[in-house]
Amino acid sequence: MKIAIIQFGGSNCDMDVLHIFKDILNVNAELVWYKNKDLSGYDGVVLPGGFSYGDYLRSGAIASRTPIMDSVKKIANEGKPVLGICNGFQILTEASLLDGALMTNSYPKFICDWTYLKVENNNTIFTSRFNEGEVIKIPVAHKEGNYYNTPERLNELNNNHQVAFRYVNQKGHLTNESNPNGSVENIAGITNSKGNVLGLMPHPERAAESILGSKDGLKLFLSMVDYFSNE
Amino acid sequence: MLPKSDLDFIRNEMNREPNLVEQGCFLNLWSEHCSYRSSAPLLKTFTTSGENVIIGPGDDAAIVRFDEERVIAIGMESHNHPSYVDPYNGAATGVGGIVRDIVSMGARPIALMDPLYFGELKVQKNLYLFEHVIEGISNYGNCIGVPVIRGETLFHNSYSGNPLVNVVCIGLAQKDNIVTATAKSAGNKLVLIGASTGRDGLGGASFASKDLCHDSEASDRPSVQIGDPYTEKLLIEATLECISKGIVKSCRDLGAAGLAGASSEMASKGDLGVHIVANDVVQREADMTPYEILISESQERMLIEVEPEDVNTIIDIATKYDLNSSLIGNITEEKLFKVEYNNEIVAEIPIKLLTEGATIFERKASEIKHTTNYEKPDAPNNIKNSILDVLSAHTIASKKWIYSQYDHEVQIRTVAKPGDDAGVIRIGDKGLVTSCGCNPIHTYFDPYSGGYGTVIENAMNIAMKGAKGLAIVDCLNFGSPEIPEIYWQLKQAILGLGDAARDLSIPVVGGNVSLYNQSEEHNTSIIPTPSIGLVGITENLDILPNSFFVDDEDIIILIGETKDEMRGSEYYRALDAESTGKSPTVPKDISELIDGIVNLINAGLVSSSKDISNGGLATTLCEMCQLKGAKVDLSHVNSTLKFDEILFSESYGRAIITTSNPLKVKKELDSNSIPYLEIGIVCGKSLNISHFKKQVSIEIEEIQSALNSLTDYVALE
Repeated sequence: MKIAIIQFGGSNCDMDVLHIFKDILNVNAELVWYKNKDLSGYDGVVLPGGFSYGDYLRSGAIASRTPIMDSVKKIANEGKPVLGICNGFQILTEASLLDGALMTNSYPKFICDWTYLKVENNNTIFTSRFNEGEVIKIPVAHKEGNYYNTPERLNELNNNHQVAFRYVNQKGHLTNESNPNGSVENIAGITNSKGNVLGLMPHPERAAESILGSKDGLKLFLSMVDYFSNE
Repeated sequence: MLPKSDLDFIRNEMNREPNLVEQGCFLNLWSEHCSYRSSAPLLKTFTTSGENVIIGPGDDAAIVRFDEERVIAIGMESHNHPSYVDPYNGAATGVGGIVRDIVSMGARPIALMDPLYFGELKVQKNLYLFEHVIEGISNYGNCIGVPVIRGETLFHNSYSGNPLVNVVCIGLAQKDNIVTATAKSAGNKLVLIGASTGRDGLGGASFASKDLCHDSEASDRPSVQIGDPYTEKLLIEATLECISKGIVKSCRDLGAAGLAGASSEMASKGDLGVHIVANDVVQREADMTPYEILISESQERMLIEVEPEDVNTIIDIATKYDLNSSLIGNITEEKLFKVEYNNEIVAEIPIKLLTEGATIFERKASEIKHTTNYEKPDAPNNIKNSILDVLSAHTIASKKWIYSQYDHEVQIRTVAKPGDDAGVIRIGDKGLVTSCGCNPIHTYFDPYSGGYGTVIENAMNIAMKGAKGLAIVDCLNFGSPEIPEIYWQLKQAILGLGDAARDLSIPVVGGNVSLYNQSEEHNTSIIPTPSIGLVGITENLDILPNSFFVDDEDIIILIGETKDEMRGSEYYRALDAESTGKSPTVPKDISELIDGIVNLINAGLVSSSKDISNGGLATTLCEMCQLKGAKVDLSHVNSTLKFDEILFSESYGRAIITTSNPLKVKKELDSNSIPYLEIGIVCGKSLNISHFKKQVSIEIEEIQSALNSLTDYVALE
């Protein structure tokens, strides 16, 4: 297996994700500069966090229209895993690979803080190592993470089990206080209908080593590794 | 305009009248900001070398050894005046500038710290400045992906109209990859990469360009630079990629005094000259004069020296990152700063005269004699309310509203989170421990002790994580040096800083001086603010103590001596009696005391630790009650002090530690002759403090709610 970590100008979590795959999981992963459009030969793609194009226009809007995204869409259509973290999630919604939009936080400031998430669906490529309903601790860092969708589409997402993570309190309850950005239904991460594309605002790569405060995020990457080894 | 004395001096040295372009270059390079003209004689008293110092003051940033292969780059800057004129851009470009200083050394920026000083927030303008300075730092730092891991924020009315925005940047490099700003050989080429050159920040180092350029619009243009963090991020990656190819001979960020400053200083350091073709600089605006091109302080630009055959490699890398790049000149044998424009030479200055010719001088210093009032204020009856008042003072309260706007986790190194005494970032399996700040109010009443105490306070902070000081950078923020009393403050504070650094064997490797921090609008001049950044190394991240109580039944020990030193304390400020009493002092054997604490922590004997500073013992105990409470008896701390004095004295060299092995800890402390007192035990969900018959009980929720005052004030405003 070989994973491509796409670097746009302004990506800044690219090296962090690379560290998890290479140094911790011993998985073959490479940084790919966005001007290299060819993603053939890769089995999965990560769109890391950061500020692609400085968040100018709208977070993720410009990156989503770069030619490399055609290759990312191809990979997604082939059913291979595509993971978007933070700015990566924003790019995936802008590219219509995921449904909905990420608006400015309800308290309109950047927020970097630890959050608790409830795993809503452990039956995906990215969540198989979690238990359903498990409460995990992962930090967020964004200014535009306020997930929105229409009631009809939310119904669809819920019925199709596309909501992967929701913000909760430590005890696992959905509360307003535990929602860091005002996301509708406390949604922190969703998949596409096939389940092979996941976008989430929290940063699992920042919660993959206990010295940094939590190891819960590592299970997301381990789930991907399991998927490839079982394939 | 140049002062007459300078102009006469230059005329004499050059044997001719310098033309207007040349005068403008002198004006900017000889400014206080660039040449440290009245602070240099004082700064010379610092000890700047040491076994771990690879590059000391004088380059873009200092370089100190981390281990055999790796080095730390460190620098500190202020962006005070721009942050008053335009708080968002002023603060943002302050971050950008110091980050480029680190990058130009060949180091990747891995952490920022930001000591900030504001007037009280009840003044509307101060609240505006506060909010936008934080937003500026947040947007810029977050976008370039460098975590702000620690800071300090202090409120005092002397900063009304003079907010201070100081920034420390820390970088990491391979020892073999270091690049300096010293030009290497004649014939090498200079390539300018990054943003285009515009009229923003014209003469930021000195003045508006109106008189020299006869440009009527110039006076209306802001001399504040506008930052573009996206370009900065690209420039960081491009510069580091250029350096990693091994072809960069020297490199300098374009900061104060723009291209004139960077190019002349690079060449001069190499005992060489430089020939610039101003037309070849990529310009943002039409019809820029050579003078504007030379001194523009447009952000996000880097000047790189390479051998002629490597010019294209640099240009290719810049193109990969969608950055401008152009060959703008070369290094020459002839020791001249020469500028060509439209095939004419428009400036030709002996290079050493431009870069080192400014006369430096010590100014007149007059001691300030503060009247001392030893009559103590009446202690309020309700000591619990006093504690909660001090906790909710904005200077003491939690800064979560600020640091939650900074991405402090990016780069996945942040072990100790903001809000802790010291920042800790992992590098391999070791930790770099960092602290910053100072105590301006102490420094105001006693500049020497305040300067001395600043080093001690920061050293205590990093000692709480088992680290001894490796290097200090400073940022000396003062009022006008032309006022003898202020020059005296500056001098005393520098002597105090320098002596403390020597007593702890920590070299002062770099820094910045910001003078003239006064405001006509508010009729204020700042209290002396000798802020520093300090770094140290901790070997074992697995035994780092927490900064709050974690284990029931742990024994609580107070280290150090609590004295009747209430002057300038947060408590006396709350009682409106800040000038009363004696100023806090540092105990004589402070170096042994710090070593003793570091040894205890590295022996794995300490479960939690916190230094005692602003707000005194009461504040430290409260801050440690996040998860668990405690029962504490302070009857025997000092029999000559009243209860409130024990709670709120700000004597230096004190800390609270907890341990599950008190016998061993006490034995260690005894053998090092470190004063201490066992004062209580970790237990319950409230803090219970007694002093003979007096008792105070505070619930954890009450503490948290008091500490939340700043967040509540700003978020609800």
